[in-house]
Formats: sequence, C-alpha cells, structure tokens
Amino acid sequence: MTDQQPAIRLAGLTKEFGAVTAVDHVDLEIAAGEFFSMLGPSGSGKTTVLRLIAGFEQPTSGTIELFGEDVTKRAPFDRDVNTVFQDYALFPHMNVLDNVAYGLRVRGIGRKERNERAMRALSSVRLEQLAGRKPSQLSGGQRQRVALARATVVQPKVLLLDEPLGALDLKLREQMQVELKQIQRDLGITFIFVTHDQEEALTLSDRIAVFNDGRIEQLGTPTDLYERPESRFVADFVGTSNLFDEERSRSILGRDGHHSVRPEKMTVTRDGLVGDGVRNVPGTVVEAIYLGSGVRLVVDLDDGTRVTVLEQNVRDRAHDDERGDRVVVSWHDDDVVPLGAAVLPGISG
Amino acid sequence: MTTHAPAPPGAPAPDRARDTVPRPRRTPARAASVFLSTHPRTRLALLLSAPLFWLGVVYIVALVLLLVTAFWTVDSFTGEISQEWTLDNIITVLTGSLYQTVTLRTVGVALLVTLIDVVLALPIAFFMAKVATPRMQRILVIAVLTPLWASYLVKAYAWRSVLSQDGILEWLVTPFGGQTIGYGLPATIITLSYLWLPYVILPIYAGLERVPDSLLEASADLGGRTWPTVRFVVFPLVLPAIIAGTIFSFSLSLGDYITVNIVGGASQMLGNLVYTNVGAANNLPLAAAIALIPIVIIFGYLFLVRRTGALDNL
Repeated sequence: MTDQQPAIRLAGLTKEFGAVTAVDHVDLEIAAGEFFSMLGPSGSGKTTVLRLIAGFEQPTSGTIELFGEDVTKRAPFDRDVNTVFQDYALFPHMNVLDNVAYGLRVRGIGRKERNERAMRALSSVRLEQLAGRKPSQLSGGQRQRVALARATVVQPKVLLLDEPLGALDLKLREQMQVELKQIQRDLGITFIFVTHDQEEALTLSDRIAVFNDGRIEQLGTPTDLYERPESRFVADFVGTSNLFDEERSRSILGRDGHHSVRPEKMTVTRDGLVGDGVRNVPGTVVEAIYLGSGVRLVVDLDDGTRVTVLEQNVRDRAHDDERGDRVVVSWHDDDVVPLGAAVLPGISG
Repeated sequence: MTTHAPAPPGAPAPDRARDTVPRPRRTPARAASVFLSTHPRTRLALLLSAPLFWLGVVYIVALVLLLVTAFWTVDSFTGEISQEWTLDNIITVLTGSLYQTVTLRTVGVALLVTLIDVVLALPIAFFMAKVATPRMQRILVIAVLTPLWASYLVKAYAWRSVLSQDGILEWLVTPFGGQTIGYGLPATIITLSYLWLPYVILPIYAGLERVPDSLLEASADLGGRTWPTVRFVVFPLVLPAIIAGTIFSFSLSLGDYITVNIVGGASQMLGNLVYTNVGAANNLPLAAAIALIPIVIIFGYLFLVRRTGALDNL
C-alpha cells in the first residue's frame, strides 16, 4: 500500500430495507486505478453497495469516502462517480449524441463544445457513425457502448458498472470484456464492476470481493480466490469444487476440517498414478459429458462420495470413459485446499 | 452395469400407468375451436361484426345526421324542418357577434380549465407514480377515482353550495376580510377544473409510471439536479401523456352546459346556445350548426396534437 488515498473507502457500511439487512457492516478499500469486482449471487448485497456508492440509496449506518472525502450525505449529482446501468438507462427520446452529451449539457457546457466532446467519447467506443440514431435503433452491444461513453464523457473519478454485460450473448460478452479492460487501462480510472458471473470477474479484475448475505466472504486477487478459497462458499461459488466435509476429509484425505479440490486438478485413469503425495481412490463413472474442449466426468467414489473431474481434450487422452466404467481418481495432496472455519451450513456441495 | 451405478437419490421407478395423460375428447365445441383457429378471417369477422354494427349505426349515423341537419332550415311559420340545402345557419354562426363572443368565452374557459388541471395534476401524478409507497399509490388511485362514482349533477350542486353567499368558502375567507367569488365564469372554471381533474391525473400518472426510475437515476448520476431532470428527461417523456389529459379536459369543457347553468350565473357557453335552440327556439338546424363549432375546434386541436405524437399514447 502506498500513502496515496484509496479511491473508495467504505467503513461499517450497512443498509437495511425494513427487516432485511442487504449490506451488513462492509469495510472495504479500493485503490485508485484498480479494476475491482464485486461478485456474488443475486441478493448478496453487491448491487446495493454499488447503489450506495453512487448515492441512489442512503446507508442505514457507515460512511463512504471518495479519495479521502466523506460523500455519504451527498446527492448522486454531487459525487464524482458515474454509473453504467444494468438496463443501460439511455434516454429514449434523445439520439445517441444527445445521450452522451447529457452530462455536459446539465453542467452548462455550450452545444458546440459538448457535441465535440461527446463525439470524441463516441469515437473511443467506435460509434461515431451512429451518433444520430435513437437508442431503440441500436443493438444491445451498441447500447452498452453508448452507456459507457455517456458515463465516461464527464470524466468521473470512479466508474460503477452494474452487471453491464448481463444482457449480451456469449460472443459479444467476451468481446466487450476485452474492450472494457482496454478502456479502463486507457482512462486509468477506478472501475467497480458488479457481476454474478465468476468467470467474468476472474477474467477482468485486479481484485475481487466475493459477497454473500450482505458481507464480504473473501477479498483477493483472482488467483487468491481460485487457488486458495477460504470458505466453502467461495470454493463453491468461484468455479466448481469438489467439497469434502469433516467426515469425508478424514476418510478420504486423511485430514481434519473441510477441504476442496478443483475438478481440473483431478485425473481419471484405469490403474491410478504413482508418485509422491499422489492419492488414488477407486470409483465408478456415473456420467461422462463431452464439452468439446474437454470431458466432464462425474465419478462416485467407492464410499459414495460424488466427485467431478475435468479432463482436457488433449491428443494423448488414453481412453474414453463411459457410464459404469471402473476407474481410479487421482490427485496430488498439494492441490487439496483447506477451507477456513467459516463454513456456512446449508450450502450443498 | 446397474450394479455399479448408484440409483439417483429420491427417484423411484416411474409408474407408467399413472403417468398416462388422456387424449382430449372430440366435442362440437372443440371442433368449432379447431375451425376458428385455422380460419383467421372468419374469426375476425365474428369478433368485430357486432361492435362495428353498433359503432356504425349509433355513432356515425347519428353524427352524420347532425352535420346534415346543420345545412337544413326551419320554416319560421310552421316550425317544420325543411330539407333544403342552405349555408344560412353556418353563416349566421360564423358572423353573428353573439356566437363569436360565446365561442371565444367557451374556448377561453376550456383553455383555463385545462391549464389549471395540468398544473394541479402534474405534482399529484408525480407523487403517485414516483414517490408514494405501493400501498399509498393504491390509496391515491382510489382517491382520484372515487369522485367519478358520484353524479356529475351532485358534484356541480356541491360547488354551488360551497360558493353560495352563506357557503363554506364565505365562512372560510370572512375572517381574512374576503368574500365568496359568487356565481359566474370564475366559479364555472373552478367547478369544471374540479370535475375533469381525474381525467387529467390518470393519463399523466400512467405516463409517469412508464418512465423507468433508472432514467431519473441516470440523470442524477450524470449531474442533473431536479430541474434539469424534469426539463430534459421527465417532461419530454410524459408530454404525450399530458396532451392526452388535455384532450379530455379541453373537449369536455367545450361541450359542457350544465355546470355553467348551475354555477355560471348569467354566463352562457356554446352548450347553452345549443340547448336553447333545440328547446325553446325549436331551431334544430341552427343548434346543429352551433354544435359544429366545438367539433371543428377539437379537430383542429387534435390535428395540432397529432404532430407531437401524443395520439400514439392514448
């Protein structure tokens, strides 16, 4: 950490809607220039945190600081943050150029200058040729880029993105991910990105906060979260995991506590593998699902534990496994991740 | 194979007999449905013939008869309508100073009523659509609709009593040295504004309901305070709904003659002239010609409004 002010500092941030606590004492610092993601299932409080930062909601308690300045009590139009909305929220009665120029217009900037600046913002998302269209005449990806240009043209210190890629199809989403990352690098401003898509969060972010029940379950880099999940919830939500509870950990892994093993760290063979720290457990294939790039095997170990194994579709894959085949599932002890004490009841493995 | 694969949990062997779904039975009603679903034109004809017949006979024919009557004349001696084509009635209505004055007065009253209603309806509708809790919203919609259940006459007479010499208004303003406005055009405007207010609130409320909250948030997010948000975002988006509301208040005011009779003192509006000519003067053709005035004005208004796109939102 440098002595530079964090872009955003949340302290004890709490938001209650009636009897429901949507955000529960969240403390968080987001560095300037960071691509930060808030990841979690719906209802986990991630969008509420974003709306609190934007100023659309007032917190029940706690404070929000923007570059060291307390903005908790400020209205949305007095905060140097801008939002890309989930439904884009483009003004339907204005054309693309007027939409992008809106933030400049309400700041009293003259027509000529605001149109020039809006055109520049539009060309940065490669839409200058559509400036005269109405939002209803654009495709989802184009609307998305207009929303981005509209939010960045007023040069916010922090850009908030509320599931901006949720409505796009897979191909376009992947393309927009690359574009978002480039835009963030070009502008050099802090992006706070809300998503429920763990793959998207892993791809884009410098750091990720995993939300669950209004709290931050784990905070870390994508590698941290994927390789070293600290709880069963994170292990299960970020990627897929084979989870072993205390009883199974003891019988299968020979360890105390809860553990997880990633499917791609497991191998399926006929006779098992030899080596230091390699554990071989026999089982029966229940399902073999062809994925193109690989094969997902669901195997019931002989004690009844069901595990998922992801096999790469490489040239020397020895054999095709089928339902009912007797196999040996192998993994290395180093790939077994111990999960912290904070184990949530009721989350099924 | 099955010895190795464990049975999926909680899935008993399917009971084939119980799972059988009976085929639908063939009944005449079903045959008719099949016929209709494959013959869209027959379907449309059956659906529309009754309402179109009603519309044709009751609406169009009556209206056309009225228009035609305006070009006939009355034998002043026998009082019989003679079916000779003449433009006399039209010329009388267009040039007579009485008709010109009353037309201007009526249009003035209708415009003022419309203005008052829009000014009153906008904040009420905004509160209903964007501020009130869902429960409060339902209560307010009912509160706006309830006066429509009461008779028009009763409401007009209620205002007559409010505005009378010893009415509530007098009692309210006397301590401040005021007195009731009494009966006349101002009383007519107040009463008509009251009568048509629900018809203006409801379309504006519906229009505001259709403006997503996220647009208001986006405007605030981009730096727009209350006034720029209203001016650049809310107003352009609800303008068609406002115009829809004004069509109601304007056209209803143009045709009114009862309210002005009850609280208008000696003032006359176009409706009164029609009423007198049909009744006391027994001059149906002239009454029809007078009735054409509001029709022409409304058509002119609709033509102007059409260019704003408001009719697409009615």
